[in-house]
Amino acid sequence: MTIDWAAFTPYSALTGGALIGMAAAMLIVGIGRVAGISGVVGGLFSGSHHESWRWYFIAGLMLSSWIYRLFAHLPVVEVSENLVVLIIGGLLVGVGTRWGSGCTSGHGVCGLSALSVRSLMATLSFMAAGFFTVYIVKHLLGGV
Amino acid sequence: MNNLIALFSGLIFGVGLIVGQMMNPAKVIAFLDVAGAWNPSLALVMAGAIAVALPAFYWAKKQTHSLNGMTMQLPTTTAIDKRLIIGSITFGAGWGLVGFCPAPAIVSAAAGYWQAIVFTVAMLAGFCLFAWFEKNQSR
Repeated sequence: MTIDWAAFTPYSALTGGALIGMAAAMLIVGIGRVAGISGVVGGLFSGSHHESWRWYFIAGLMLSSWIYRLFAHLPVVEVSENLVVLIIGGLLVGVGTRWGSGCTSGHGVCGLSALSVRSLMATLSFMAAGFFTVYIVKHLLGGV
Repeated sequence: MNNLIALFSGLIFGVGLIVGQMMNPAKVIAFLDVAGAWNPSLALVMAGAIAVALPAFYWAKKQTHSLNGMTMQLPTTTAIDKRLIIGSITFGAGWGLVGFCPAPAIVSAAAGYWQAIVFTVAMLAGFCLFAWFEKNQSR
């Protein structure tokens, strides 16, 4: 393993993380709900669409880049342009997060903050699968 | 008031993803690429988030109601079952393939990146598919 120190951005990472933690804290302390994005959005498809807070949370998420743009440039978004890869990835993330009851925010941030062993196991599973997939795609197949 | 709290929470959450560069799939993949030039930044995003959220969840676990009077809805399931692990592995595979997890995908899609829009629509289809599957299973 070699660490890419030139691309290491500890301060922006910690600041961004602290903001995410603050948002999750606000939601649980303020209205008693977990800021797990797959749960907030996915719940709309499982009969929770009448809970208005979900729509407001999503609206905030969608507005964030536009508010940010008023003050600074958005960081670059570098992503695969292969349509098939995008669709397969989206489907896997959609089905997988609902099946496993959470994603990076629900299990990774909120669940670990609540010291849930269940969330720890989920986080270790999706991290391991992520490491494994990137290894196969980048090093065995030579990139998509 | 509940809706206002949710709106601001979503807003701050999104800004956090942008500042921490979670929004950039290349950065996420660089974090997941332990065999290449590894970029540990995203571990610090998670560490920073947990450091701030930890006391809030510690408090929340001991309450029956939130500050605004809503019932505290913390997950009560503790089971570590096949569903949790297989679902999480499925999610991780998609995450590693593209570099988007749900929140950054939605933020980038709303910002207008076409790849993120395609990914998000597929993800919503996945949510839909799962809801349909679950409904038919429980019958």
